[in-house]
Amino acid sequence: MKIVACIKQTFDTEAKIVVGGDGQISDEGVNLIVNPYDEYAVEEAIRTKEKDGGEVVVVTVGGDKAQEALRYCLAMGADRAVLINDPALAGADSRAVSVALAKLLSEKEAGFDIIFTGKESVDDGVGQVPSRLAEKLDLAQANVVTAFELSDGKATATREIDGGSETLELVLPALISAQKGLNEVRYPSLPGIMKAKRKPLEVLALGDLGLSVDDVASKVELVAAELPPARKAGQRLTGEVDEVVAKLVQLLQDEAKVI
Amino acid sequence: MDFFLNNDELMIQEVVRDFAQSELKPNAAILDKEHRMDLGNLKKMADLGFMGMNISETYGGAEVGVLPYSLGMIEVARACAATAVTMSVTNMVAEVICAFGNEEQKQKYVPRICSGEYSAGAFGLTESMAGSDPGGMKTTAVREGDHYRLNGSKIFITSAEYAGVFVVWAVTDKEAPRSQRISAFLVEKGTPGFTVSKAEEKMGQCGSCTNEIVFEDCLIPSENLLGEEGFGLKIAFMALDGGRIGIASLALGVGLEAIDYAAEYAKEREQFGRPIATFQGLQWRFADTYTELEAARLLVMQAAFLKQQKKPFTTEASMAKLYASEAANRACYQAVQVLGGNGYTAEYPVERLYRDVRVTTIYEGTSEIQRLVIAQQILGRL
Amino acid sequence: MSIVVCVEQRDGKLRKITFEALSEGKRLATASGETLKALLIGSGIAGLADELKKYGVDEVAVVDNEALAAYTSDVYAAVLAAYIAQENPALVLFGHSAVGKELAPRTAAKVDCGLVSDCLAVTFADGDYLFSHPVYAGKAIGSYKVVGPVRMATLRPNVFAVAESEGAGAVVDFAPEIPAAKVTITGVDMASSDRPELTEADIICSGGRGLGGPEGFALIEGLADVLGAAVGSSRAAVDAGWREHAAQVGQTGKVVSPNLYVASGISGAIQHLAGMGSSKVIVGINKDGEANIFNVADYGIEGDLNKVIPALIEKLKELQ
Ligand SMILES: Cc1cc2nc3c(=O)[nH]c(=O)nc-3n(C[C@H](O)[C@H](O)[C@H](O)COP(=O)(O)OP(=O)(O)OC[C@H]3O[C@@H](n4cnc5c(N)ncnc54)[C@H](O)[C@@H]3O)c2cc1C
Ligand SMILES: Cc1cc2nc3c(=O)[nH]c(=O)nc-3n(C[C@H](O)[C@H](O)[C@H](O)COP(=O)(O)OP(=O)(O)OC[C@H]3O[C@@H](n4cnc5c(N)ncnc54)[C@H](O)[C@@H]3O)c2cc1C
Ligand SMILES: Cc1cc2nc3c(=O)[nH]c(=O)nc-3n(C[C@H](O)[C@H](O)[C@H](O)COP(=O)(O)OP(=O)(O)OC[C@H]3O[C@@H](n4cnc5c(N)ncnc54)[C@H](O)[C@@H]3O)c2cc1C
Repeated sequence: MKIVACIKQTFDTEAKIVVGGDGQISDEGVNLIVNPYDEYAVEEAIRTKEKDGGEVVVVTVGGDKAQEALRYCLAMGADRAVLINDPALAGADSRAVSVALAKLLSEKEAGFDIIFTGKESVDDGVGQVPSRLAEKLDLAQANVVTAFELSDGKATATREIDGGSETLELVLPALISAQKGLNEVRYPSLPGIMKAKRKPLEVLALGDLGLSVDDVASKVELVAAELPPARKAGQRLTGEVDEVVAKLVQLLQDEAKVI
Repeated sequence: MDFFLNNDELMIQEVVRDFAQSELKPNAAILDKEHRMDLGNLKKMADLGFMGMNISETYGGAEVGVLPYSLGMIEVARACAATAVTMSVTNMVAEVICAFGNEEQKQKYVPRICSGEYSAGAFGLTESMAGSDPGGMKTTAVREGDHYRLNGSKIFITSAEYAGVFVVWAVTDKEAPRSQRISAFLVEKGTPGFTVSKAEEKMGQCGSCTNEIVFEDCLIPSENLLGEEGFGLKIAFMALDGGRIGIASLALGVGLEAIDYAAEYAKEREQFGRPIATFQGLQWRFADTYTELEAARLLVMQAAFLKQQKKPFTTEASMAKLYASEAANRACYQAVQVLGGNGYTAEYPVERLYRDVRVTTIYEGTSEIQRLVIAQQILGRL
Repeated sequence: MSIVVCVEQRDGKLRKITFEALSEGKRLATASGETLKALLIGSGIAGLADELKKYGVDEVAVVDNEALAAYTSDVYAAVLAAYIAQENPALVLFGHSAVGKELAPRTAAKVDCGLVSDCLAVTFADGDYLFSHPVYAGKAIGSYKVVGPVRMATLRPNVFAVAESEGAGAVVDFAPEIPAAKVTITGVDMASSDRPELTEADIICSGGRGLGGPEGFALIEGLADVLGAAVGSSRAAVDAGWREHAAQVGQTGKVVSPNLYVASGISGAIQHLAGMGSSKVIVGINKDGEANIFNVADYGIEGDLNKVIPALIEKLKELQ
């Protein structure tokens, strides 16, 4: 079985966001991590392999630094990695990313049985790549998955929907986007980190995939970024519990008009 | 010369930090209070390769090297000093068996330590009448056919309650010159005639147990002699050279944790209408403390680097242990002072850190003994 | 040209986000001079078209087919793409709901157009649409343009005001070819609760580690009952197993924007704020006067929630 996990390198969730003079978000001095949801994806890919055999390939579209994210996944237990790295993909939008991934997975890395992705990336929370990729590769998909099982070539997934959950049966090959709760992510072991150094990590440019710069033109353009208006601390209500509560109810009714 | 960690070192540091912060730190205060170790966590650490960081893969080790070991130890100690000392002694035991054991001994014991089949390894050197001067030990081992008969006792043995294997030193030839009287042995837990007594009530690192162990006509097979007869002290000193890098890193971790906590606190805590961190009197403390800890870090990294390069490192390891443990003690002292009354209560972690750090100038050679070692290396035996 | 709203219904009931999207669609259509169309997909749902007309729709296209009874992204995306190919709309709007989050990008890939997700505002100026979307979990707001003839956006629930208005209100049938689904839904498990859904609720009462245990949530539920509110949770309470992950609000949980968010026993970690920072009014109840929640709360009560919440419930009951 060939199992693919798509990962993205993102800012650490603790990061302080700074908007530079050019209106763009600066990544100066920010700690980069594997998108947390993608860790669930990689974990599920490794577990599936441990159960049913095969290989796990981690792929990402990113810059030079993204190699570190791939190495981390190799240290967790993935078998090999592919980085699509091309200057034309700097600042690529979700469409461009999925075009590049789809090309890779339909040609050079064709023949997969399952693709695992995260449900969204925590930096911009767009969550488009899984669906776009599923469409481009004409796959069955289950989004925001909290449980996954594979038996007799049939995949069953439980996913979150608004107000509940749904169980799906999917025809393989399929794409599964991982939600927290799908599994508990392992820490890479130290021997795993050492072994990762010897595992193959292939770097491909657009040309290697047979794509041109025009193929990955962005359709979404960032015009400007700004910090949101800071929420200000409001009133502190003090006094005896009964007074405070009465005051709160009155303010919610008369001033805020929300109850 | 370059001071940057490479990508592997950074990843190891990050993984150990993640683990220590999520799995060890939340329980550190509880283990301290309840005087118990979390054996489940020791097993998890073994599974991740923390118990044989400098051991070859052949024997189940992670083989990451000495510098990453030191970086990892700092992270574990930041989260839980009691767990860190367990890890430190266990690594030291695995290393000493690898360095001096024969092939059978290595095959038999090292993988069990690295894999966590043994929760820990233990190091049985100190006796009630032989601490700084282990050459004065009284425990005896008498050869009887294919066995040795051990009699005597050891004190202050870290992890004695859950260690699977003990390296134990005993006098094999009273008549020999002092440096050749002693031999080292491998003793499995549960060997008849070998008992572990009650744990000491300690000031700090209370999650880790420290016990007296007693040998009463304890027969161990002669193949459990570690190295050659009469080489015991040499083995002990070489093991301690490496162990000191671990303890220096441990001390540094505790000191950094305390002063970092104090720095955050000082930025929040207000007196006289402003954060106490704005008072120059406190700023200078922070400047001095961080400078000392940074100097300690460089000494520790240097000793680790030399050991990794298989260069002589005895002097540097002693310097690192001496300076890091003393600087970390000062850092914890300062941290308690910065927190004022809060620093003296168990509500705040620096109270525990202050107790935990104290022993780092004592075990694996007191500060005085480190000075002795350093002076001897420099001046020669006078 | 037109603006198309992809209608969301579940079991024959229209979702609130659809009214929000139609209302916003109408405002934009008025500014840009486009017509407003709604695409209604499902089985046995033709009757819903009338309700849609109240929001100024010029035309409702109905795709009513048994094969569309259950939503699956592959089949619905094919229907949408066929409609878009016929209509050539300038803008297609979806709700940023579980369905919209999946369906919009799948459709966008089929149509090969740009999509801006989770918009907080859409404006029309100088002949183009501008979309604002929070990034880095709300720590910054980006404004985006979409290049190309078709633009897509998903709208964050509870942010866009619902307004009724007049429109031509024509209803037409649309009957595209419907492909076979690659996915079969074998079970649905709706949380059995008469509380509103978290992302749609006007009021949310959330609890955190300060509740001290799963029993603590009884207090929060009592408060939610009198307010008709949904119940949310911090991650600490979810990790402790006191609450389902589905109730988690924050960066790795749900993003919500209710009119009123009451946070009890929640310290206000940055990751929690990422999920509720766009609430209109925030109330914080915490015994620690320095808790970060007070830096964002419109009304802060420093006190023991075990005393404050029961008193608050009493007071609210008096009013009813
Ligand atoms: C601040 C900011 C805001 C943005 N807003 C938009 C926007 O509104 N519309 C838009 O079209 N683009 C936008 N982009 C660009 C887009 O987010 C990135 O190009 C991103 O790499 C792709 O997708 P995503 O956020 O949809 O990823 P998501 O779809 O959120 O990620 C979901 C999963 O897809 C996979 N995945 C995502 N990216 C990659 C990758 N590079 N390599 C491999 N797998 C990946 C991972 O498994 C991931 O968990 C924005 C970028 C930034 C920095
Ligand atoms: C928590 C803990 C864990 C321990 N774990 C272990 C373990 O796992 N295995 C093990 O074998 N031991 C262990 N020890 C023992 C430890 O290594 C000894 O306590 C240490 O070596 C000091 O020996 P001592 O206590 O006998 O002090 P002493 O040797 O009696 O020293 C007392 C004082 O005299 C000073 N002094 C001694 N000689 C000189 C000199 N020549 N010049 C100047 N000053 C001198 C010392 O520095 C010290 O200040 C542990 C101790 C503790 C507290
Ligand atoms: C990658 C990542 C993603 C995350 N995502 C999320 C997320 O999506 N959502 C989320 O919530 N968190 C998230 N977190 C976790 C977040 O950092 C905090 O740890 C978490 O929000 C803390 O939850 P809490 O406020 O309930 O607990 P605490 O921070 O422990 O706060 C409990 C509060 O209760 C108060 N309290 C205690 N007793 C009482 C009483 N009797 N009366 C009144 N007040 C009392 C205390 O003063 C304290 O302020 C994430 C963290 C990471 C690293």
